Amino acid sequence: MREMEASLETMPAIENTTVRLRELVAHLRQTRTQLREEWLRRIFEARLLTAMTREELFAEATLVYDSYVEALETRTLEALQAYAQKLSERIIPRGVETHEVVGIVLLLRDVLARSLFAKYHTDKRVLDAVLDAYEPAANSIAITVAVGFVRERERIIREQQEAIRELSTPVLQVRERLLILPIIGLIDPQRSRQVTEQLLRGIRANRAKVVVIDITGVAAMDANVANHLVLTVESARLLGARVIVTGLSPEIAQTLVNIGVDLGKMNTVGDLQGGIEEAERVLGYKVVQLSEGVAA
Amino acid sequence: MQVPILKQGPYLIATIQSALTDADLEQLRDSIVERVGRHRARGVIIDVTALDVMDSFATGTLADIAHMTRLRGAKTVIVGIQPDVAYTMAHMGLTLEGISAALDLEEGLSQLEAERLPGEARD
Repeated sequence: MREMEASLETMPAIENTTVRLRELVAHLRQTRTQLREEWLRRIFEARLLTAMTREELFAEATLVYDSYVEALETRTLEALQAYAQKLSERIIPRGVETHEVVGIVLLLRDVLARSLFAKYHTDKRVLDAVLDAYEPAANSIAITVAVGFVRERERIIREQQEAIRELSTPVLQVRERLLILPIIGLIDPQRSRQVTEQLLRGIRANRAKVVVIDITGVAAMDANVANHLVLTVESARLLGARVIVTGLSPEIAQTLVNIGVDLGKMNTVGDLQGGIEEAERVLGYKVVQLSEGVAA
Repeated sequence: MQVPILKQGPYLIATIQSALTDADLEQLRDSIVERVGRHRARGVIIDVTALDVMDSFATGTLADIAHMTRLRGAKTVIVGIQPDVAYTMAHMGLTLEGISAALDLEEGLSQLEAERLPGEARD
């Protein structure tokens, strides 16, 4: 052993790192059970991943440990990246936070570093060489796992935003040739574009003549969105549909006045009921109460 | 590219089938306005379903046709503007102010029918 260490010094640095890493991997494989136990103990101590049971944590820790050692051995991150993504897919729905994932990877790094220290501390030169090989690899593994986790979380958030957008702008037919489009919540430029698209498609699909856009659920809109609303009304008119806008809040009325909207183009009615009544009048419907009804 | 203009009862129907040059558009304008007088038409429908672009010249010419036929006693309805085209036109401020639009030929015809004066002859 001594002789081998000596001969390593004459080798080029990269060669040296490779050999060190190989030695390191062998050591980590040998002490796998022991180090994994130590790592798990520290995870419990730090109260990380409390959403998982002990058995699940054990199974997951084994997989992480093996992937970790494998990444050190092959010095490629692809397999680890794929694993990190799968791991994230599994644990994100269970409410695992970013700090927990980063925390356990850093704990593993520390546990392994301690074990290397314990093994090599008698010879500072060798210890330095081993740590030189280990640290950059360990850091890039930590970064890979953290980035993989965050990326997966962002992907889920994007998907959910998309789903919420889809859900939040239904185009509903309430009578033959009459559509209502209730808009609720915040309207950003992207969503207003989407509202317009859905509305124009809805007008074609349902052969609508009148559309009531109800914005009671929209607290405020900026000048851009207000302008877009006017554009939507005009586009709908080009498809032969008349648009009635209902439920304008005082703030939105203010915005529309400020941008100098042409009220000849915008047909507005106070509330949704009024809007539907107006639409029925335009379409030639007459709603008649046949009896007193149950309320009376 | 000639645009066929068909006579259907008291109405003229012009169906644009492909993109038109400016000269084609001017020719369309002249022949519609001339034929409104010749056939004593009460209404004109211009079907633009096939167009996926409407520039300012096309929009302007359609507006001219509508105003000129109005002066010669016929109402013009533009039908079949595609949703994307409508949005782009609105964005560019080409909103065919004061001119009727309808979803398709059928809608356009029923819009003209609805405006027919009571007791007006069917043909």
